[in-house]
Amino acid sequence: MASLITCPHCGTRPKEEFSIRGTALGRPHPAVSEEDWHRYVYLRDNPKGRYQEYWHHAAGCRRWLVVDRDNVTHDVFGVTDAATFGRVGE
Amino acid sequence: MTSYRLGNAGSVNRGQPLTFTFDGKNYKGFEGDTLASGLLANDQMLMGRSFKYHRPRGPVTAGSSEPNALMTIGTGARSEPNVRATVAELYNGLTAVSQNRWPSLTFDVGAVNGLLSPMLGAGFYYKTFMWPAALWEKLYEPVIRRAAGLGKLAMQADPDRYEKSWAHCDLLVIGSGPTGLMAALAAGRAGARVILVDEGFRLGGSLLSESASIGGVSPADFAAAMIEELEALPNVTLMPRTTVFGWYDDMVFGAVERVQKHVGTPSPDLPMERLWRIAAKRAILATGSEERPLVFGGNDKPGVMTASAVRTYANRYGVAAGGKIAVFTNGGSGYRTAADLVAAGVDVTAIIDARAQSADAVPDNVRVIRNGAVVSTKGRKRLEALIAERSGFQEQIACDALAMAGGWSPIVHLMCQRGAKPVWSDEAQAFLAPDVGAAFIAAGSAAGQDRISACLKDGATKAVALARELGFAAYEMNIPEVEGEYDPAFAPIWYVPGARDKAFVDFQNDVAVSDLGLAQREGFRHIEHTKRYTTAGMATDQGKLGNVATIGIVAGMRGVSPAAIGTTTFRPFYTPVSFGALAGTSRSEHAAPVRTSPLHDWAKKNGATFVEAGLWHRSAWFPREGEKGWRDSVDREVKNVRRNAGLCDVSTLGKIEIFGKGAAEFLNRIYCNNFLKLPVGKARYGLMLREDGMIFDDGTTSRLSETHYVMTTTTAYAAEVMSHLEFASQTFWPELDVRFVSSTDQWAQMSLAGPKARAIISRVVEDDISDAAFPYLAAKPVTLRGGLKARLFRISFSGELAFELAVPAGYGEAVADALMEAGKDEGICAYGVEALNVLRIEKGFITHNEIDGRTTPDDLGYGRMLAMQKADFIGKRQSSRFGLTAADRMQLVGLKPVEVDKEFMAGAHLLKEGATPSMANDQGWVSSVCHSPTLGHVIGLAMLKSGRERYGEKIVVWDGLRGKEVAAAVCPPVFADPDNRKLQE
Ligand SMILES: [Zn+2]
Repeated sequence: MASLITCPHCGTRPKEEFSIRGTALGRPHPAVSEEDWHRYVYLRDNPKGRYQEYWHHAAGCRRWLVVDRDNVTHDVFGVTDAATFGRVGE
Repeated sequence: MTSYRLGNAGSVNRGQPLTFTFDGKNYKGFEGDTLASGLLANDQMLMGRSFKYHRPRGPVTAGSSEPNALMTIGTGARSEPNVRATVAELYNGLTAVSQNRWPSLTFDVGAVNGLLSPMLGAGFYYKTFMWPAALWEKLYEPVIRRAAGLGKLAMQADPDRYEKSWAHCDLLVIGSGPTGLMAALAAGRAGARVILVDEGFRLGGSLLSESASIGGVSPADFAAAMIEELEALPNVTLMPRTTVFGWYDDMVFGAVERVQKHVGTPSPDLPMERLWRIAAKRAILATGSEERPLVFGGNDKPGVMTASAVRTYANRYGVAAGGKIAVFTNGGSGYRTAADLVAAGVDVTAIIDARAQSADAVPDNVRVIRNGAVVSTKGRKRLEALIAERSGFQEQIACDALAMAGGWSPIVHLMCQRGAKPVWSDEAQAFLAPDVGAAFIAAGSAAGQDRISACLKDGATKAVALARELGFAAYEMNIPEVEGEYDPAFAPIWYVPGARDKAFVDFQNDVAVSDLGLAQREGFRHIEHTKRYTTAGMATDQGKLGNVATIGIVAGMRGVSPAAIGTTTFRPFYTPVSFGALAGTSRSEHAAPVRTSPLHDWAKKNGATFVEAGLWHRSAWFPREGEKGWRDSVDREVKNVRRNAGLCDVSTLGKIEIFGKGAAEFLNRIYCNNFLKLPVGKARYGLMLREDGMIFDDGTTSRLSETHYVMTTTTAYAAEVMSHLEFASQTFWPELDVRFVSSTDQWAQMSLAGPKARAIISRVVEDDISDAAFPYLAAKPVTLRGGLKARLFRISFSGELAFELAVPAGYGEAVADALMEAGKDEGICAYGVEALNVLRIEKGFITHNEIDGRTTPDDLGYGRMLAMQKADFIGKRQSSRFGLTAADRMQLVGLKPVEVDKEFMAGAHLLKEGATPSMANDQGWVSSVCHSPTLGHVIGLAMLKSGRERYGEKIVVWDGLRGKEVAAAVCPPVFADPDNRKLQE
């Protein structure tokens, strides 16, 4: 967890303004295999260290963000709007 | 009573005398005193009793690490236990009471524990109260708890208020001694926004306690001049009486400011305490260092205190700790203390130095015993003499106070609260601050510097560097000349051998060296185990004074370096923080916001009883005269809706306006059923699924124009659905042109239900609302008579002919009044959520009782709504997975008691007749139950294995919680108007 999150739209704000949804994971195409859907719906890696997570700026701009952070050191490496996450090369 | 107040020494305000009481006795002190210095000035050395053995205790320190002098301050609702007298600022009329003694501080029955001490060693509780286990709850725990409480809480509501605030700065300086003042000034002069925080009520830190000459003036005068300049800088904020208690992520520091703790009559216009979160770009830890007590036999006698405490009482408060003071030292601090005391005219009986030699200056006519040790002390409620030993020769030295100097430990707690461990230094013989990065650095004696001159320089240099890093043009500071400072170097001695009495490491918890030895022998060798087995460091002072000695002694016992033992874990809070400060304004009725509907006042004047549903206060039923209970009212309301008409406030349902060219496609993917072709002017019931195929929420969505929809959600899930829509729009399908606005609070919405609903509403609405013009599921803007624009929906949650009318919130009450007036002749009544619930159960409509996260559309009888031909919708892929389509899933059914006068309740489980209650035999469970006034008996909705195939079966409703069993018949879940004739009327 971090104390402050720098929202790309609103600037640096306290964590109480946000809610957290869990691992940032692109939704699979509706036609991909059962296994891929199963993995998307039920399986998570629960990594120790750096990972990317969905945060909602619920008491701010109401945008969904991807927070790239380390769950051991609590360092935040970057915060981006979720609309641009996981869509590279689509 | 002797006065120990020294002539003119110290910086208390002698022109401002104060009176206070301790255990009912009156005392006099001065403005600028602490409670402890005020008591010492009046020859009151005995200030408390230890926790376990109830040994008499006096203060060991003059600061916040105090383990002994804990008292209850204040009276009535404002009485506060466990206040450290050594930091409590004296005020006129202060009332203090001693703790942990009965019947009185001087005669304490609990002291008998001391006689039993051979049996009460470390691990005593673990070993003694193990069996029989049955006695633990009834006997051991209550007895131990009664004996063990430290202080008593005021069992009254706190009359004061508290608040929270944020502060932001370039540089936070924690501590206002020589290091902190120089750091704050260096950065302040450069123009940086500086916050200087100190836990004390007077800024200056150790400068207030030391004798030397800085730039030609006394340390206290030097501090005063620095503070004057700082006060004049608009970019510098000074915060005395403020403790930084925690260091959190992203350079956010937690601090508590004691705004009015030092005031006899607090002002109602100010909070008692203020909780700060300080976001700092850089921070300097200038918290100084703690003088270590020495661990020798009888070291807990009232009158034994650290040498720096004795110096502080003399130099800052003008109070002699005793009439005849001895010194036991391993370094320069003891000699400086002796010199200061001699200068103040206090008799110093001897300096006992553990070292063979030293270069420290000995004051004239003071005897020094080198290579000496204190092995025992005499006296009960106050020290009377000590036994010194040198090379086997023992002698008794009379004294009424003993200053002990055991070396220094930098105060590095804050830096170690986020995982970093302090680092042992052989050179400094202390644990030093860890490297936690460039943003937060230690300076001065917190960083191992040991002299005032070095601290001044270190604070200035580090602050200049940090200010420059932040882009400020900071200039090197002139460091004033310091004359007459002493060398605080010391030769460590962890345990003084030859003890003839108990030698304590943790005063408050009565942990002695022998307990540490026992812990090692019994295998609790890891320092965290030693801590918990002996309770060393677990008292309210959290081992600020004793932990280093504990580690040093355990290292000595094991023959290793303290580095090999390591420290226990540091956590916030540095010192105790009151619950009041942590709660701030969030208490009592302000703990959670109250949401009321725009029709709240309408409901109130119609006599509603309200019920809390989440944050909402909803009208539950509307009692009338002669009704004996809520059931009477609810039965009447239900019957009246079915016979005439009723008006119900449904404003709390979530309402989301949806706009955009992509809205139709978006809704089609959000709901499991079809929404693409919903015509303008129509409402449709929809089910939203989670991606795992379970129902997430339900409600109606109406199309008001090609690109404008309004969605209703359940009351409970309004916020979740809004987030869900935003998530889907922003992360799944950002290419769809769609936007959302929550309008729950903008509309007053009322449901008018019953056979006479149309007749009533047509008196208020201008538009044609005949069945032909406004059929079932019509949803259109309408104009009310008088011109108000509104929205009308022909939807029903009762099974009756019903309309929902939405008007702008501010008009809600007036429109509801108009409807009640218009319906008077038709027999309209107001009905609440209880009747609403009965009406929906009779009709078999579902709520979150049924949508509990485990049910699919098919489970609840809505299987045909699943539009599997759609290319995509949330939950589609998992809806067809194995298990979700199994024939033996639980399905929604109705239940009726076989004997109509029998009742059952929600939560009960279903069993086949004759089956023993077990998980394996479980057939399902009851989700919703009500008394149906329409049918005249209890009815229920339930989830039952393969339920739809079992209509007519007799089943047992087993309620293990209430010890009840009722036979019921399984039936379809719709009890009233199963053919929906009334909806179409
Ligand atoms: Zn934002």
